[in-house]
Amino acid sequence: MLGRPRIRERIEHALSLSKADQTEVVFMGESEQLTRFANSYVHQNVAKEDVDLRVRVAVGTKIGIASTNDLSDAALCRVVESAMTAAKFQQDNPDFISLPEPQPIREIDGFVESTAACTPQKRAEAVRSICLPSREHALNASGAFATRSFEYSVGNSLGLFAYYPTTLADLRTVIMSDTGSGYAAAASLDVEDIDAESLGQEAMDKALRSRSPVDVPPGEYAVILEEYAVSALIAYLAYMGFSAQALQEGRSFMTGKLGDEVTAETISIWDDGLHPRNLPMPFDFEGVPKQRVDFITRGVASGVVYDSYTAGREEGKESTGHALPAPNSIGPFPWNVAMDPGQETKEQMLASTKKGLWVTRVHYVRPVHPLKTIVTGMTRDGTFLIEDGELVRPVKNLRFTQSILEALSDVEMIGHDTMMGREAFVENFIGGVRVPALKIGKFTFTSTTEF
Amino acid sequence: MKELASRALNLAQTKGASYADIRITDLKTQGIAVKNGIVEAISLNTSHGFGVRVIVDGAWGFASSAQVESKEVDKITALAIQIAKASSLVKGEEIDLGPVEAHRDTYSTPVAIDPFQVSMEEKIDLLLACDEAMRKTKGVTVAEGSMLFIRERQVFASTEGSFIEQEIIETGTGLVATAVGEGEVQKRSYPNSFGRHQGTAGYEFIQKYDLLGNAERLGEEAVALLSARQCPSGVATLILGPTQLALQVHESCGHPTELDRALGTEASYAGTSFLTPEMLGDFRYGSGVANITADATLRGGLGTFGYDDEGVPAQRAFLVKDGIFVGYLTSRETASQLGQRSNGTMRADGWSNLPLIRMTNINLEPGEWELQDLIADTDDGIYMEMNRSWSIDDKRLNFQFGTEIAYEIRNGKWGDLLKNATYAGMTPQFWASCDAICNDKHWDIWGTPNCGKGQPGQAAHVGHGASPARFRNVRVGVMK
Repeated sequence: MLGRPRIRERIEHALSLSKADQTEVVFMGESEQLTRFANSYVHQNVAKEDVDLRVRVAVGTKIGIASTNDLSDAALCRVVESAMTAAKFQQDNPDFISLPEPQPIREIDGFVESTAACTPQKRAEAVRSICLPSREHALNASGAFATRSFEYSVGNSLGLFAYYPTTLADLRTVIMSDTGSGYAAAASLDVEDIDAESLGQEAMDKALRSRSPVDVPPGEYAVILEEYAVSALIAYLAYMGFSAQALQEGRSFMTGKLGDEVTAETISIWDDGLHPRNLPMPFDFEGVPKQRVDFITRGVASGVVYDSYTAGREEGKESTGHALPAPNSIGPFPWNVAMDPGQETKEQMLASTKKGLWVTRVHYVRPVHPLKTIVTGMTRDGTFLIEDGELVRPVKNLRFTQSILEALSDVEMIGHDTMMGREAFVENFIGGVRVPALKIGKFTFTSTTEF
Repeated sequence: MKELASRALNLAQTKGASYADIRITDLKTQGIAVKNGIVEAISLNTSHGFGVRVIVDGAWGFASSAQVESKEVDKITALAIQIAKASSLVKGEEIDLGPVEAHRDTYSTPVAIDPFQVSMEEKIDLLLACDEAMRKTKGVTVAEGSMLFIRERQVFASTEGSFIEQEIIETGTGLVATAVGEGEVQKRSYPNSFGRHQGTAGYEFIQKYDLLGNAERLGEEAVALLSARQCPSGVATLILGPTQLALQVHESCGHPTELDRALGTEASYAGTSFLTPEMLGDFRYGSGVANITADATLRGGLGTFGYDDEGVPAQRAFLVKDGIFVGYLTSRETASQLGQRSNGTMRADGWSNLPLIRMTNINLEPGEWELQDLIADTDDGIYMEMNRSWSIDDKRLNFQFGTEIAYEIRNGKWGDLLKNATYAGMTPQFWASCDAICNDKHWDIWGTPNCGKGQPGQAAHVGHGASPARFRNVRVGVMK
C-alpha cells in the first residue's frame, strides 16, 4: 500500500509532465496473497504486489494511452512521452468530448485492516479447518483463500482527484468424493466475515450427499438454482446487455426494448457501486462518481450503464460512472450488480416442487445467441433430483441451453437471502454480483455427462 | 541481473530453502485498435518485476514484486520463505522435482522483421484500409481491427545452477466485422476469433495473413449470415475448419492432458480431467487417424520458446498416437510422480505469477486428404469454421461449441450458407468418429492468446496446429 499522499504526488507529478490539452492518470495498485489447496493440502501459496499507472492524453481529440508499473521520475517521464507519441499517430476521435470535470465523490470506508494484514499462517489455518475434516471423511478438499488490498486513484488536468483503498477476502472450496462433489464460497471486505470451517462443512455435506449420482434424461425441468448458479447467469446477462456500447451497436438484448416487459414482474436487477453490501467502489476509472443504474425494474427493461464516451454519443446523457480502464473494447460495464430478494427460503422452494432439479452451481457458461440471451453451460458440484418436495437422489451433471430472460420470465419463487458471487468478469476488481436463489418453472437441459 | 538473481538464491538457501528459482522479467507491448474508421486506441505498455519460488520444509512458497532492486529482492525472498513455512502447516507428500535441470543458455525468437521497428503509420494505415474494406458492405455495423506486439525478456536462475536468458517476441492481429439485423448479431473474424491470431514472430506474421485481401469478404459474410438459413438440428457428418479444430484440440485434448488437472490440483477452479493416470498408454482417445502432439519447438507457434519457466528445454512429445492416449503435459514435480522427466510445459503469466502446466503448441498432426477431395467424398454434411461459443464440462467430456460460419455439403459439393451453427458431443466418442484429416498444405498453427487457468487467474499464450478434419454422426444445431 502506497497511501493517498504518495499516490497523489505521483499522479500530480505525471500530470505536470504532460503538454497535452488534457491529461488523465489512473493508478491501480494491488497486493494479493493467495493460499491454494488441493488433495487436502496446500500446493500453491503466493504473494504478489504490483501497480499500474496509466496515462491518457488528449491532444485536441487525438487520444494516446501508455502505462507502466514503474513509479520513478524517469519512468513517469517515459510514460507521458509514450502517451504523447501514441496521440501523435492518432486521428481525431469524434466520440471524445472532454475528460470529466471534478464531481463530489462519496466517502466509503471499504478498507479493512485485518484483511490487509492477514498472514500466510492465518490463511493456512483456515485452509486446515477445511482439509482436516475432509481427510477424516476420506474426501478430497481443494480451493483458494485470497486476501487482497487495492488502491484505486484517478487524477486529471481538470482538477479531478479520486482515491479509494479497499480490501477483499475471498474463499472458495470444492470438496470431492470418488463420485460426487460439493461447493461453497464467500467474499467480503473483512476477512473476519469468512467462516472457513462452516464453508468447508457446507461443501463437505454436499460432497457426501452427491455420491453415486444417477442418470436423468435431458429435457425441461423445474429448477431451484442456488445463489452460486444465479450469480453466474446474471453476470452473463450483464455482459451481454447492460452496457451502453452494446445497446448503441445493436448487440444488446435491451436494444429497442427499453420500457418493455422482459422478465417476470418480480424481477429487479440493478447496479450500485455505493451500496455497502455490493463490495463497493465509489467512482469509475475516469474518476466519475458511481450512480445507481436500474437495468430491469419489476420486469421492465429500464436502463444501461454509460461512460463518458458512450454518454457523449447520446443527447442529454451523462456518464453513470461505469468506465473500465482505457483502452478497452467492451465499453462501460457494471461491476456491482444486484438482484432484489424475494420472500421465500430454499426449503420452501423445495417443499413446493413436485418434480425438478436442484442446481448448486453452473460451470463454463457461454453465450450461444446473445440477442435471445441463450447461454449454454454445465451443472456442477451438487445436482439433485427433486420429487414430491424432497431431494431424492444426486444426478449426473447436465448441460443446459437456455435463454436467461425466458428463465427470468418463468420465475416462481425468489429467495429472501442474497449472496455475493465473485464472477470472472470482475475478478480483477473489487465488486461482484449479489443475488438470491430462484425457483424457475422450466429450464432446458440438452445433454448429460458421465459424472 | 546476475547479481540480483544470485542474491535471491543465496538468501533463500541461507534461510533454509532446499530449492529456489527466480525469474526477472521485462515486458514491452504495443497495441493498436481501430473501430469504424477511427483509431480507437494506441497503447504502449511496460512492466517489469521478479518472482522468487522456493521449497522449504517440503512445501512451496512464491512471492513477487515490481521493484527490481537488491533490498526488495531480500524482502521478497524472505516473504517466499515465510509463505512456504505456512504451506508446510497443511502439507502433502514430499516434493520431488526429479532429475536436476542445470542449463546455461540463451534463446531468442527468430524474427525476420522486428515489429517494434515498423513505423506506426504503416500499421495504422493497414488497419484503417481493412476497416474501410469491411464496411464496404451495407449492413456492417461495426468493423474492428487490431495489432499487438510483445517483447518479453526474462532471466531464469535456479539453485541447481541454471542461468537462462530468453527473449520472446510475439505478433498478433485480428479483424472483426459485425452485422446486426433481423433479430441477429453476426460476426466474421480473420485470421481467427478471440480478438486476434498471434504467433512468436515478427511483422512478417502480419504480412503472411494478407489482412487487406480478406477484409471485404468478412463484411460480406457477416451481412449474408443475417439472412442465412438456420443450422439444422439433428445428427450429421461434420467437417471442421482449421481454426475451429484448433479450439476443439485446445478444449478437449490440451486441457485434459495437463497432468496437474489429472492429479486434482486444478479441481477447485477449472476442474479435473477424464484422462486419469491409469489410462495412460492404453486408453483409446480417438480413431486411428488421430495423432496429437505437444511441440514447443515449432517455429512461429504461440507456444514456442527455448526453455519453460522451470528451466526445462522446449520439447516435442506425443499426447495421442494412432488414437491411443500416450502422454501428458508435465512439470518437474508432476512428471516425477509418474516416474517421468518433465516435458517442459511450466509457464507463468509474467513475473508476478507462479508457473503452471500450460499448453505449448498442441497439434492435430496433418493427415493425407486434400480439402476438395474431402468435400467431394462427403455426400451429406456440414462444414463449420471459426469459433464463437465454447463450453465444456469440468472433466473435459461433454462439450458444446458454436461457430461463426457454416456451409451445407450436398452430394460432395458446397451448399447453402448456415447461421448459428452449433455441435455437441462427448470427447472420446467425438474423436473416435474422426475418419479423415487434411494434409499439411491446409495446416497452420493457430494462436490462442487468452487461455485462462489458475488462481490467481493467469492467461497463457498457446498454439494449436490443425487442418480441416471430418467427424461422423455428430449432434448439430443445439439451440433452444
